[in-house]
Amino acid sequence: MLKPRRTVLGALALAVSLVTLGTAEAKEWTKIRFGTEGAYAPFNYVTPDGQLAGFDVDIAYALCEELKVECELVQQDWDGMIPALLANKYDAIIASMSITEERKKSINFTDKYYDTPTRLVVHKDSGIDGSPESLNGKRIAVQRETTQDRYATENLEPAGVEIVRYATGEEATLDLVSGRVDARLEDAVVLSESLLKRPEGADFQFVGEPITEEKYFGLGAGIGVRKGDEDLVELLNKAIAGIRASGKYQEIQSKYFDFDVYGD
Amino acid sequence: MDFSVVLESWQFYALGLWNTVWMVAVSLLVGLILAIPVGIMRASRNPLINAPAWFYTYCFTGTPLLIQLFLIYYGLGQFAAVRASPFWFLLREAWFCALLTFVLNTAAYTAEILRGAIQTMPKGEIEAARACGMSPGLLMRRIILPSAFRRALPAYGNEIVFMLHGSSIVSIVTVLDLTGAARLVQSRYYAPFEAFITAGACYLALTWLITLAMRRLERSWFAHLRPRTG
Amino acid sequence: MLDLHGYGWTILEGARLTLASALLSVVLAVLIGIAVALLRLSGSRFASGAALTYTTVIRGIPDLVLMLLIFFGGQILVNKLVAAIDPWIEAQGGTPIGYLDINPFIAGVLTLAVIYGAYMAETFRGAILAVPHGQLESARAFGMTPFQVFRRVLFPQAVRHALPGITNNWLVLLKSTALLSVIGLDDMVRKAQYAVGATRLPFTFYLFVAVLFLLFTTASLLVLRTLEARAQRPYR
Repeated sequence: MLKPRRTVLGALALAVSLVTLGTAEAKEWTKIRFGTEGAYAPFNYVTPDGQLAGFDVDIAYALCEELKVECELVQQDWDGMIPALLANKYDAIIASMSITEERKKSINFTDKYYDTPTRLVVHKDSGIDGSPESLNGKRIAVQRETTQDRYATENLEPAGVEIVRYATGEEATLDLVSGRVDARLEDAVVLSESLLKRPEGADFQFVGEPITEEKYFGLGAGIGVRKGDEDLVELLNKAIAGIRASGKYQEIQSKYFDFDVYGD
Repeated sequence: MDFSVVLESWQFYALGLWNTVWMVAVSLLVGLILAIPVGIMRASRNPLINAPAWFYTYCFTGTPLLIQLFLIYYGLGQFAAVRASPFWFLLREAWFCALLTFVLNTAAYTAEILRGAIQTMPKGEIEAARACGMSPGLLMRRIILPSAFRRALPAYGNEIVFMLHGSSIVSIVTVLDLTGAARLVQSRYYAPFEAFITAGACYLALTWLITLAMRRLERSWFAHLRPRTG
Repeated sequence: MLDLHGYGWTILEGARLTLASALLSVVLAVLIGIAVALLRLSGSRFASGAALTYTTVIRGIPDLVLMLLIFFGGQILVNKLVAAIDPWIEAQGGTPIGYLDINPFIAGVLTLAVIYGAYMAETFRGAILAVPHGQLESARAFGMTPFQVFRRVLFPQAVRHALPGITNNWLVLLKSTALLSVIGLDDMVRKAQYAVGATRLPFTFYLFVAVLFLLFTTASLLVLRTLEARAQRPYR
């Protein structure tokens, strides 16, 4: 087995120390640059005319409005999300990133801005009921370097499940629909909105219980911020509380969902 | 730079190297076999024989390998008829789709190389063979093809290297090749230099081996054309 | 006809970026190619060795690997550089740079230029060697400076010999731009990927992109072959 952790931290610490050199003194936040993926509908996606949109994006704009600062959205592929934050490509990650202990080693998080569980989705005729026995020898699609990837690698792979890793969730869904993989482990809301509620999702269903194990899935999705920018975390926390109190959050939520995604 | 992350993940690189080598070797072999009839068709003056071969090589040499792979890997899966077909058990495998794409691609380029070599055949040799009473099939097999292969060899050497380099895109459709191993190491350790320089060095070594082998082959195939000294 | 579900224009806009990156990088690649070819033939052992190393190493590594290396690694290098010079700028009373973004367009164009510069160098080396040596010597005998020899005698003839090679390299480069989507350039391939993500119709969109590429390669061939024919005309 590989023991990557120490080296990762070394590299990350180096990167952090490099970028913080330039921003040593506290600065006034007049503009916040948010990084998001654009391939995780309905939370973040790209519209036909090339604009970033979705729940995450709307929340980002609402937070900026609340803080009366300028807002900029930057598109970034998932596997470079944290490296690009550390490289100062943007100031904050708003990409449905779960707040996990693992990630907290390299970046800070705000309070959660939503919390939904992970679930397993399968073809109705697959015979998979979610139990480890029914999954033996099957292929499960996950997005690379996500909480689902970590969970599957540590809990399902040793039990004889083949994990197939994709760069984007959409590629994984394409292969689930075409039958290249037998199941897909993903956020329940993403699965229901981007697969089950669509025509091609008619033959698919959730199996097993929602998975929320804190060790892997943390405490919901938060906004990721570089270590050293503690003032930004504070600002954003205030803004999250602000838009929840003003009703702006609920307004955005009702645009996408008919249920509460914040959780309690 | 700290290459210990590469040493720690040597299994990925080993597996990646193996996947790269066997996929490229199989693609080249099958592609060459397919290219011979297509190349002969392309050299034909009969438009009914030439046109379909032209259309095939035109499409495959005029578009990027990546798009061809996407069309075969993701594209075919769009059709329920394909998913219900008896070939689906193969087409559902990423490595098979990649292999199919590579074969079709390299066959198209190789066919064009062969066409060029056949068309530059000295007329006198063909006439001499005809005068000896050779049938068209025998003429093709004994005279034209051996000579065309020889003239095609330098260009085909380049095609082998292009195929090796082109194969790096399989990492985009979940197959772990040399590039895939490097991307894995990069995303896990955030060490781009170590990860990609290692993969690059492996490709460089493979390219060098291919060039060396082709040079030796050329020397032995062209031995009879060298001036004799001494 | 193809129903593109409203994504047609976005993809065409991506096509503009595909063409822009290809054209910009081919211009840079030709410049690099000429320079490296001249170094290679300069007679200086060091310059010629450096040029040979560059062309051999670059042509021995896949485009994708070089792109990933320059895109991911380049950003780290630039960050280090900025961190190193910022204190100096501040000491001079200027505003520190703070952060320089290696965006996919710049990274892509530079990478393609560096890669195809190596192929162009080989093309130009052959083309320069094809110019009869006697002509260069007589030009020098007329008292031309080395630059005049290059501009008036060597270059015009070398370009004619190099044209078929340039055509070939351009076609390969154009197709290579598809890989820029992997490092995040919003070219037509990536735009098509967005469309596929939203519509689940991969065949439709990738076929559309394939047809666009075929159009571009066909148009390039028509233009460049005409140019080649014209360049050959005085010599027939």
